[in-house]
Amino acid sequence: MKKLLTVSILGVAIAAGTAQARDYDHVRIGVDVPYEPMEYRTADGELTGFDIDLGNALCAEIGVTCEWVEQEWDGIIPGLLARNYDAIMSSMSINDERRQTVLFSDSYITIPGAWFAPEGSELSEVNEETLAGKSIGVQRGTTYDNYATDNYGRIATVNRYSTADDMVLDLQAQRLDIVFLEFVVGQATLLDSEDGDYQVVGGMVSEPAEYFGDGFGIAFRQRDEALAERFNEALATLKEDGTYDEIFERYFGEE
Amino acid sequence: MPDITLWFQDLLAGNVIFTPQTLGYYWDGLVTTTQLVFLSLVIGLVLAVPLAIGRSSERRWISLPIYLYTYVFRGTPLLIQLYIIYYGVVFFDGIQETFLWPMLREAFYPALIAFTLNTAAYTTEIFRGAIKATGRGEIEAARAYGMSDALMMRRIILPSAFRRALPAYGNEVIFMLHASAIASVVTLMDLTGAARFVYARFYAPFEAFLFVAAIYLCLTFAILYFFRWLEKRLLAHLRPQS
Repeated sequence: MKKLLTVSILGVAIAAGTAQARDYDHVRIGVDVPYEPMEYRTADGELTGFDIDLGNALCAEIGVTCEWVEQEWDGIIPGLLARNYDAIMSSMSINDERRQTVLFSDSYITIPGAWFAPEGSELSEVNEETLAGKSIGVQRGTTYDNYATDNYGRIATVNRYSTADDMVLDLQAQRLDIVFLEFVVGQATLLDSEDGDYQVVGGMVSEPAEYFGDGFGIAFRQRDEALAERFNEALATLKEDGTYDEIFERYFGEE
Repeated sequence: MPDITLWFQDLLAGNVIFTPQTLGYYWDGLVTTTQLVFLSLVIGLVLAVPLAIGRSSERRWISLPIYLYTYVFRGTPLLIQLYIIYYGVVFFDGIQETFLWPMLREAFYPALIAFTLNTAAYTTEIFRGAIKATGRGEIEAARAYGMSDALMMRRIILPSAFRRALPAYGNEVIFMLHASAIASVVTLMDLTGAARFVYARFYAPFEAFLFVAAIYLCLTFAILYFFRWLEKRLLAHLRPQS
């Protein structure tokens, strides 16, 4: 009798375990804040941004509750693998290097990168000649870090920051000659800011795909294929019924 | 030489994380860490000797300011001191136009300043303790010989105080090496900075950090044995005679 009880408890435990792994009713999403306008906090401390609104809408569509977990960028993929959260929705570019480690949803937005320098800077274009001896700011572990390191790491100094805020601070302090980050983030934190004047150097950067990939995706652990599928379906629905456009308008409406 | 290159290529064959490029980052990191820690310790030591003498002075207008300095720098985290010196200085308007800027612009010098001031504060207190512990008999003997205060300090108190301070100072050196790991938060590519780079690029926390931990261990061993050797030589007179 006792043995039977143990076995059945074990059975229930295993069943519960697999059930939890298969369908989530509570999804924790890792996000690196601040990265305005993709994810940031309002003056009264509320988490907001394009990723946050779209993520919440996706969760509502799927019928799960979502919890946002803040994590600095350089540890965001290890944090997913360590089960600190179940997904990453934090302006993450889909590329082959990351595909080896995580499973991506369909791309939900494509945003190019751009180089920003103080207005009146002698830098008018970005290449090996103009950047020689300059200091370049990037956020550690981003596609921009990888691109800048591989292409200009030999001729220029690449300074790596944990957060986009620290980087912007050092650009304002004139420690950096130029920074490389997502265009919309640079627009929100540099072009629209009141501290100093900045300009985009060169055009938008979305090539080569080896680095910048195929737009932003939500990252999952490799085995959570079912969860990724549910998010993909929900994304398709939101795009059809207009919710996606509404959120898009909210953040990128003026252009 | 070609043999070594071949052997090295063989060793790294099929290894994604530890390529010649990332090992280069670790090497540069080792150089930066060594420079930073060595320079801050040397400058800190030079500052600490007069400060410790002042701190042991009976004149309060000398000892009190030094006490305040050591109290502040020992009473606040090194990370905060680094933040204040690195990010704080830029809030002085026009700092970019002064002669200091070429130095403060780099991450290296703010880190060096923070580390130097920090280790100088600790070393001052270590030396002060050693100076205070000088035997009364030695001082009385020096007085009986008619030595002036300065001569007594130079010939009697400091030599024996340095010897007494040696074990505690050895610890301070090791602490400083380990504390230098925070330099990477202000973009300095020290050993920890290199490890964080490899970690972020390859999502490999274990490989990146275990490797760097092993390097720190080796450095610590070198420091440990250097101080053991020094103690053996300088404290020979205190060893039990057989």
